Amino acid sequence: MKIEKNNASVISPLIGGGAQEFTITVYTENQIGLLVRIAIIFSRRKINIDSLNTSPSEIESVHRFTIVINETEEVVRKLCRQIEKQVEVLKTYYNNNDEIVWQELALYKVPTDVIAEQVQVERLLSKHGAKVVVIRKDYTVFEVSGHREETDNLIKVLEPFGLIEFVRSARIAIIKNSEGFHKKLKEFEYREPGEAITENEFLNQNEEVFSM
Amino acid sequence: METITLIEQTKIKTNAVKQVSGGVAVLEAFIAEGIDTIFGYPGGAIMPIYDALYDYNERIKHILVRHEQGAIHAAQGYARVSGRTGVVFATSGPGATNLVTGLADAMIDSTPVVCITGQVFAHLLGTDAFQEIDVINITTPVTKWNYQVTDATEIPAVLAKAFYIAGSGRPGPVLIDITKNAQLQQFDYEGYKKCEHIRSYRPKPIVRKEYIEQAAELINNAERPFVIFGQGVILGNAEKEFIQFIEKAGLPSAWTIMGMSAIPTDHPLSVGMLGMHGNYGPNVLTNECDVLIAVGMRFDDRVTGRLDKYAKQAKIIHLDIDPSEIDKNVKTTVPVWGDCKETLPMLTSLLQQKKHEAWHNKFKEYQQKENKKCIFPEMNPTTNELTMGEVINVLNELTKGEAVIVTDVGQHQMVACRYAKYKNSKSNITSGGLGTMGFALPTAIGAKYGAPNKTIIAIAGDGGIQMTIQELGTIMQFNVDVKILILNNQFLGMVRQWQQLFHEKRYSFVDITSPDFVQVAKGYYIEGQRVSVREKLKDALQTMLDHNGSYLLEVMVGKENNVFPMVPQGRGVSEIVLSKEEI
Repeated sequence: MKIEKNNASVISPLIGGGAQEFTITVYTENQIGLLVRIAIIFSRRKINIDSLNTSPSEIESVHRFTIVINETEEVVRKLCRQIEKQVEVLKTYYNNNDEIVWQELALYKVPTDVIAEQVQVERLLSKHGAKVVVIRKDYTVFEVSGHREETDNLIKVLEPFGLIEFVRSARIAIIKNSEGFHKKLKEFEYREPGEAITENEFLNQNEEVFSM
Repeated sequence: METITLIEQTKIKTNAVKQVSGGVAVLEAFIAEGIDTIFGYPGGAIMPIYDALYDYNERIKHILVRHEQGAIHAAQGYARVSGRTGVVFATSGPGATNLVTGLADAMIDSTPVVCITGQVFAHLLGTDAFQEIDVINITTPVTKWNYQVTDATEIPAVLAKAFYIAGSGRPGPVLIDITKNAQLQQFDYEGYKKCEHIRSYRPKPIVRKEYIEQAAELINNAERPFVIFGQGVILGNAEKEFIQFIEKAGLPSAWTIMGMSAIPTDHPLSVGMLGMHGNYGPNVLTNECDVLIAVGMRFDDRVTGRLDKYAKQAKIIHLDIDPSEIDKNVKTTVPVWGDCKETLPMLTSLLQQKKHEAWHNKFKEYQQKENKKCIFPEMNPTTNELTMGEVINVLNELTKGEAVIVTDVGQHQMVACRYAKYKNSKSNITSGGLGTMGFALPTAIGAKYGAPNKTIIAIAGDGGIQMTIQELGTIMQFNVDVKILILNNQFLGMVRQWQQLFHEKRYSFVDITSPDFVQVAKGYYIEGQRVSVREKLKDALQTMLDHNGSYLLEVMVGKENNVFPMVPQGRGVSEIVLSKEEI
């Protein structure tokens, strides 16, 4: 029966009911204070944000938040609705890791003499796809982009060679099934927008990736 | 020649853009929005706006309250009885922080309020200047939207946005913080344009026909359908549409305290109040209905009791304008997202005429049980002590359900909501979601300005009245015709009830002493009296209602009376008890 299918309690077989990593993508106006409005939706419920990135989007003036949390789909869905309720939020999506392409950027500072003297290090770095960002007499900075495990692995590898400093960026993610936001934004600007904008997430979109 | 030059000169003059200050722009916005009353309190950082207000005295009333919390509650009262947006002025720092309770109350009870706070000069922001506080971040969780203005040119557009956001969709409070330099700044004023669209904001979702059809099918096939309605019906001005809806399909309907008065309390399909101290039938039968239709309500925990024992047998239809409410607490079978003013008639048109007599009789059976065990003893006490219920009962008799009742929070609130009779919508004003003690008195002041032709009765306990009692000063100064009814049980009664029932009668700090309220009122030149005997109750209430102007009546009631029925915390709605012996 159609109703049963639309019942939001039916959890998509793709995703399952347990806690897992979800990436929330939020398209917003560029407004001072919006970061706080979004952040407190999580902190109020005592939910930890694993990673948060704010950046421009494919559209000038529209900002894109990428937020990673570890929660059940039900919780994530409710959070997304609360986020979308904020006046300056255009649209919110959530996806599991199968539905996105993502990267994080990591920087590593190591003593230059170690790199210069030990061939082993050089080999390790090339094995991990590290690129040199800067070389100075005293230190060298490498960068690696990839998934968490990849950047984590290189920390372990470099530690014995005197890793001086390490930093990693938040996750940024592209939704595999997304058509981008250009078309949607146009509809937002209409007084009487079409269904895509006012879409009710309870429609038969459970199986589609691009749904919320 | 000369004439032509004159005409041309006039043209230039009218075309010339007017220079106004930010403060004037704020008031021009109010005029354009049809605001006739402001509740506020001046201070250093909002002085330029108050200076501008001096010249608008003829067009806008300003009610000087005694505390900023009083201002925002008054604005809430104004909004709740009139359906229009309430407006508040407060200064920076403590003026702004004093608004927070009212903002939270307005947020959780979806009340349209626009607050203007003064702020220190923009160049002082972040310097810990005198009376500087980060009001935007303090109020972010308790506002639908907030914004800081540091440049006067922004004022017209920002205020237009503020009014649009506060009053549209699911209403809520908006706070605009304006730095002092922006209030003083002269700028080219190009007029005020109302806001009708914000691209990232969708107040009214498109209604999906398929869900209306599915909902209608469920209702048409239901044997025991049950409607529960909340404030959404009132906020959507959908009272008529709602009555047509329930009447066509013969749907028994129960209200949340926020939905109360949306339909007359004695409507034949009205079966009473939901929730912790609601009526017996609606609570028990929630777990026996086959289709539960929730209209403009949000399944608050005080309504649902334990969620895993709530309406598990029923298919659930949820009509709400706010998509984040759907599935938030209770899983919905059919979500009808939209403004119920639009969705209800669509749904009604698909419904079959039904009566459901057997099902209605079930409600009546439970009503009789409740009458016998709770209502009759409340109305016919065997001791000399007055009960709160009999006070409300006599009041009903005298007001004939025409008065607006503003309640505070606690036992008297539950009793008032259980027993008050209403004929008109927007008559029951109470702090539902936040449970703000001290709400009644200031809110009643605002309600009088929102509905000047109605009798406004503030009912409070001896605890709550003392939280905002300073607003008697506002009543005194502006001759606000508010009837104040204090039901004094010499305890913080609701907490005492819980301590008695669930904490082995360990009465921990609920024994509150009170001043002589009648003398206090007298100090404010407000007349009043105290009664404690049954024989004098009716006359005293009549005197209060007949009095020309404000009046304070203190009624001494039984010290240790309890409110029943009750759904004890952590239990399901059908585990509602009628007396303390059943707990």
